[in-house]
Amino acid sequence: MKTCLIVDDSRVIRKVARQILEALGFACDEAENGQAALDVSKAKLPDFVLLDWNMPVMNGLEYLNAMRKMPGGSKPVVVFCTTENDINHIQEALGSGANEYIMKPFDADIIRGKLEQLGLI
Amino acid sequence: MKSEDFELFSTLVKQRSGLILTADKAYLLESRLFPVARKHNIKSLEDMAQVLRARREETLMFDITEAMTTNESFFFRDQKPFTLFQKTLLPKLLAARVDKKQIRIWSAAASSGQEAYSLAMVCVEEAVKLQDWRVEIIGTDISREMVNRAKSGIYSQFEVQRGLPVTHLVKYFQQISGDKWQIKDSIRQMVQFREGNLLTDFSAAGPFDIVLCRNVLIYFDLPTKAHVLGSIAGVMQPDGFLLLGGAETVLGISDKFKIVSGEHGLYVKAESSYEAVA
Ligand SMILES: C[S@@+](CC[C@H](N)C(=O)[O-])C[C@H]1O[C@@H](n2cnc3c(N)ncnc32)[C@H](O)[C@@H]1O
Repeated sequence: MKTCLIVDDSRVIRKVARQILEALGFACDEAENGQAALDVSKAKLPDFVLLDWNMPVMNGLEYLNAMRKMPGGSKPVVVFCTTENDINHIQEALGSGANEYIMKPFDADIIRGKLEQLGLI
Repeated sequence: MKSEDFELFSTLVKQRSGLILTADKAYLLESRLFPVARKHNIKSLEDMAQVLRARREETLMFDITEAMTTNESFFFRDQKPFTLFQKTLLPKLLAARVDKKQIRIWSAAASSGQEAYSLAMVCVEEAVKLQDWRVEIIGTDISREMVNRAKSGIYSQFEVQRGLPVTHLVKYFQQISGDKWQIKDSIRQMVQFREGNLLTDFSAAGPFDIVLCRNVLIYFDLPTKAHVLGSIAGVMQPDGFLLLGGAETVLGISDKFKIVSGEHGLYVKAESSYEAVA
């Protein structure tokens, strides 16, 4: 079973994303900010990370940069999922090694479509 | 709605577009025709039926038909046809048309244009191979509103996230406001959109090397499907390709085409020498 880490400071969003991803066959873990996500990732890197941008303690971009530097850190597929919807943010995310980008609000179709494109499902 | 009114509207829509409305779709008819009645300053659907019985007013009949079309579409819908286009059909045509260096593609029932623009994006990705080639992509739809939307190339944030890889979004679109994105002029110029009715109007004028007619035949009855497939065959090159939607086929409907084994949704003309099973 593929593993997934959902990183978002909103419990509601984590819950919605978890429902969608579990239905798609992922074993899900959650983190409420970038630092917590980094701790989880150090124990074991997930196959897939759904990543919010703006969070307290450590934001999504900082997490991505740190995670990519870890041994094996180039492997996880990272998809941003954020209210930041301007092209500059998207370009910055891609430049930092994000694989895909979802602009909130999202739904199950959008997540499924992106995962299909990325070959994860 | 009175059954004779339902009958009147559904017959009109079928005659003009081929779209079939069964009695269980009465709610759909009502919800979509109310705005049309309002636009024409008609109080109720009953009155609208009366107006039509008195005189066959063209703009009213046009609006009723347009309102009953289902226009859902998205970029790279089903992915597979676009991979097939890029990896198989384009290379075949690059070899077969090396003298003329011209490829003509028709997106029939193009709706808001995502299918045609997806093809254009693939062509740009393959630009190296297409240098000195003339690729024409034509999109037609019965709905004026959809043709205008397609021409504008403007899509909502929701639409650009369905099927479109974000790398393509960044490369081929510009953000015109927070949640509105417009396809860049360089892509827009590769595609022409026009109004066109699949039942009557084949002035989009072939011959075409590739025809995509996806997710529209499902709304037609058998004779209409056969008629449309026959007309498409008439505007296709003998060695051209036809792509249908996932739930559509030519099997048992038209002998003008044959399926290509192993390639779901791909068809070639009956006389084509392309390796295919009957
Ligand atoms: C569901 S959309 C399919 C769009 C696109 N081909 C796709 O697969 O995503 C069906 C389209 O067929 C158009 N349509 C219905 N009847 C038609 C007709 N008789 N002639 C031309 N277009 C028609 C509708 O206006 C609608 O935009």
